[in-house]
Formats: sequence, C-alpha cells, structure tokens
Amino acid sequence: MTAYEPVIGLEVHAQMRSRTKLFCGCPTDYGAPPNEHTCPVCLALPGALPVPNAKAIELAVQAGLALECDVASHSVFARKNYFYPDLPKGYQISQFELPLNGKGHLDIEVDGETKRIGITRIHVEEDAAKNIHGAGSSAVTVVDFNRGGTPLVEIVSDPDLRSAEEAEAYLRKLRDLLMFIGVNDGNLEEGSFRCDANVSIRPVGQEEFGTRAELKNINSFRFVKKAIEHEIARQEGVLQNGGTVVQETRTWSEGQGKTISMRSKEEAHDYRYFPDPDLPPVAVTEERIEELRASLPELPAAKRLRWQKDLGLTEYDAGVLSGHPEVAKYFEEATRLFVEQSGKKGQDAGKKVGNFVQAEVLRHVTTNGLEALFPVAPSAIAELLACVEDGTINGKIAKKVFASMVETGTTPKAIIDAQGLAQVTDTGAIEEEVRRILEASPSQVAQYKEGKTNVIGYFVGQVMKATKGAANPKAVNEILRRLLDEQ
Amino acid sequence: MADPKITLEQVLHVAKLARLTLSDDEARQMQEQLDAILGYMEGLDELDVSDVPPTFHSIPMDAPMRPDVPERCSDRSEILEQAPESEAGGFAVPLVLEVE
Repeated sequence: MTAYEPVIGLEVHAQMRSRTKLFCGCPTDYGAPPNEHTCPVCLALPGALPVPNAKAIELAVQAGLALECDVASHSVFARKNYFYPDLPKGYQISQFELPLNGKGHLDIEVDGETKRIGITRIHVEEDAAKNIHGAGSSAVTVVDFNRGGTPLVEIVSDPDLRSAEEAEAYLRKLRDLLMFIGVNDGNLEEGSFRCDANVSIRPVGQEEFGTRAELKNINSFRFVKKAIEHEIARQEGVLQNGGTVVQETRTWSEGQGKTISMRSKEEAHDYRYFPDPDLPPVAVTEERIEELRASLPELPAAKRLRWQKDLGLTEYDAGVLSGHPEVAKYFEEATRLFVEQSGKKGQDAGKKVGNFVQAEVLRHVTTNGLEALFPVAPSAIAELLACVEDGTINGKIAKKVFASMVETGTTPKAIIDAQGLAQVTDTGAIEEEVRRILEASPSQVAQYKEGKTNVIGYFVGQVMKATKGAANPKAVNEILRRLLDEQ
Repeated sequence: MADPKITLEQVLHVAKLARLTLSDDEARQMQEQLDAILGYMEGLDELDVSDVPPTFHSIPMDAPMRPDVPERCSDRSEILEQAPESEAGGFAVPLVLEVE
C-alpha cells in the first residue's frame, strides 16, 4: 500500500479592529440589529465611491511586520468578480497582483521541534455580508449587510504544513500573534478569525503536489484538526481505490463528522480580477512603516524567551502565561509589584508568581476575544505572595486566603487578620505545643529513639493540626528535632 | 473567421459569468466586435514597454485616505423600502443553499 504525505496550505481571514469599515464610515461593532450599519457605499448604491480607511491599512501593515513580510510601498486594490447575494456590487474589493504584504514567515512548535512556515502574502480586502437562513420565511435567505465591507486581512501560507497538528499549531500561533498586536480580537465564534484549508496528498517522496480540495469556513481549532484529518483520510481512500481526487470546495459538517462537497461554489473560480478604477494605488511611506514597526508591542515569542531567561519560567509555563495578551500583562504586573514589595529578584520572583497565577488564578479567568476578566487585581496577588515571602503565612494558607479574596474581594492582609491566619513564628508558643504533643505520644517518641526518624512526620502533622496549619513549618521542624534529641 | 482572437466558446463563457443570455446571433456579433477590439490592441505589441512599470490607475495619484471615525449610517427602513423584497430587517433573496 502506498504511503501518502499530506500537503496543507491555509488561508486565514482575520477581521481588523478598526472602528469603521474599509471603504466607508459605518461602524464595525458586532451584534447590531440587521442592516443598521449600512450606507450607500457598503450597499453599492449607484454613484457611491469607496475611500480607504487609513487605520485599516496601518493595522494590515502591522500584521505584515509581525510576520516578517516585505511591505509594499504601493499596493493596488482589485475587483474580484462573482455573483452572490452577500456581495452587493457583484465584486469584492480585494488585492491581487500587488498585495500590501509580500513574503514572510511564522515559526511554529510541534512535538518540541520548531518549524518555519512560509507566508505567501497578506492582502487587504472587504468582508462579504451575512446570509441568514431561517430568519424569514422558508423560501428566502435574508441578507444582513452589517458585516459587508468590514476590513479583513487575508493571510495566505505557503503549502508548508504536513499534518493536521501542524495546521492547528500554525493557526493558534497566528491568532495569538494577531491578538497581541491588537489587529484582531481572536474571536472564532463571532467569525472574526476564519480559516480555509487547501489539502492534498502525494505519495511519500514525490515532488509534485496532488490535486487539492479547499475546505471552507472552519470556525474552531478543533474542527480544523478534525476536518483536515478526515479530508486526508478521504483522499487516501479515493486514491487507494484507484480513483482520482477532484479539485473542489468542501465544507466540514460537524453533525455528519465528515467533509462534504459544496457544488454551488464550483463555477465561481473564474474571478476576472482587474485593478479597481475607483481606487488609486495605496501608498505607505518607508518612514511610516518604520514608525509602525516601532509601535508594535513585544511579540509573544520574544516574551516567552525573555521570561525563560529573566523570570525563571519553563518553556511550558511561559507558553501558558503568554496565551492571551491580558494574562501576559497580568502576570508581568503582578511580578513587578511582587518584586517591589518582597525585594525578591527576577528569576525567583517570576517563578513564584508564575506558579501561583497558573495554579490558582487562571481557572477563575474568563476571556472573550481580547477581553479577560480576572478574579482579583495583580496587586492583590503581589501582596498575598509577599505575605508568604516574609513568613506571615505559608503556601498552603495562601491558597485558602486566595479563595477568600475571590469570594469577598477583600485584601489578603485583611483576610489574614480577620481569620487569624498569620503563621505562629513565636517559637515559645510552638515549643509549648510541641512539648504537649511529645508528652501525649510516648510510643512515637520511643520509636524515634529506636532510630525510626521518619516518625517526625507524624509529630509535624500533629503540631500543624493543633495550630490549624498556622505554625511555620520550618520552625516546627527545628524545635521538634531539638526537643526529641534532648529526650 | 480565420484565427480569431477570441473563440465563440470564450464569448459564451464570459457571458455566462456575467449572467448574460445571448442568442446565437448576438454571440456571433459579440465575437466579431471583441475580435476587432483585441486586434486593435495588438498594435501595442509593437512598442517596447519592458522598462515601463504597469499602469494600475489612469490618474497618477495615491489613494486619498479617510480617518477611522464612525459616520452616520443610512436609515434602515428607508433602505429596505428600496428592496424588491425584505424580511426580518434584511434583504430577502431566493433561498441560497450552500451545501447540496
């Protein structure tokens, strides 16, 4: 049986976070009643003329810069001609021969290996309207033009991906990057980050590509992986049964758990692109490109490296904490304040804050696109961990205090005071407790004397129980050993 | 027509993409006229333009840009009144089924 190798290229449509549409002043806010955000330009009424949104062009340049693309000083808008109810003009304004961003790349990690995926191009285009089925009577499709004309970047990868896992890793990395630079809100559910996948297979060792199928509009990372896996298996089945793969557009049906053909889109591939006579070329000066480059925030990959080097995080921890721009900001702020309050140095401080945020804070965090909701402020985490650092409480009590902070919204110090959680570091008090326990446990003391020193764990447990966990474990250990050796 | 610049099949293909229904006579007429236009354009082949950058726009200017500031949208009811059919706040068109 022939072994096959998949070849995958991805086209991502990411909505840019401008306030208005690409060629008119209608707002881009999601969720308005149908057709409230429309005007003669985005409805293509006769005589209306498009004027490019400067902000959208700049966001697209920033996307290009973050992906190491060559940014064109002049790019050209072209008409992509086809008929569909979601397209009022009979063409989509896109870019063809001279896109805004040329070749670039994105590095992904799969199974501990770094792989560089080429970016073919990133161009700017307007989004189509939304066809709603089932909103009106059963015989019609209702068209909502609110989304029509929203600015998109289309990011086209080279056919460099070789598995569904690589495709998923690429998409996650790309989404994180676009969120970090504020170009896209990363909201797959609302459709602001959409993916088409070109999938083909070829016998291992063959240079030439096989015939590809285009998987359209897959709207979750999980579905991307499943859809590509199923498509690879389907094509292998076709070839192994002596058939040929036909070039076609398919879509993922979650209900049926397979890809299905979209015959309706087949005829539409002859787009007759030509430069849009309504739009002169878009110019971006070298100077402006450099300004935009300088205004890019630190990218997630750079953050992860810096955190590993300066803040003592593992690669995994750095990956988790840089998964969302707001989480990254939170972690950095909590670390900065913790260093200020505890006097701890970078590596140790970063590790402590990183561990606590990951283990305790993250499960209370909810994100929606670029927004994130945290249970407590980063300053409260810094204060709490500083209390552990100066010995006021131990790590176990810190978790308890944190739970109260989440519940009541009060500060760590107030909770520690109110609930009497401060560690007993008063050696006199601990010593008294230890003496009492040793007296009450003659058989365990005898065992210790016979050399079974691990019985010390039993005594520690008893002391902690008696002090409701508030005794400083280090002090307890020291006093125990001293008193036992005196016996 | 000897060695036409555009075949009848090409004319019919473009007509189909443009949603035009042509009678046989109209198709032949289109082919003749387009053939003449394309023949005329061939005259340009005599010029050496290897050093001339392609012209993407007839006026040598850069696109004027617009600041990213929201403007007032049109009144929805007025807009939908212009539509042949409207339902549920939207333009109603014959049912589009994406998957067959």
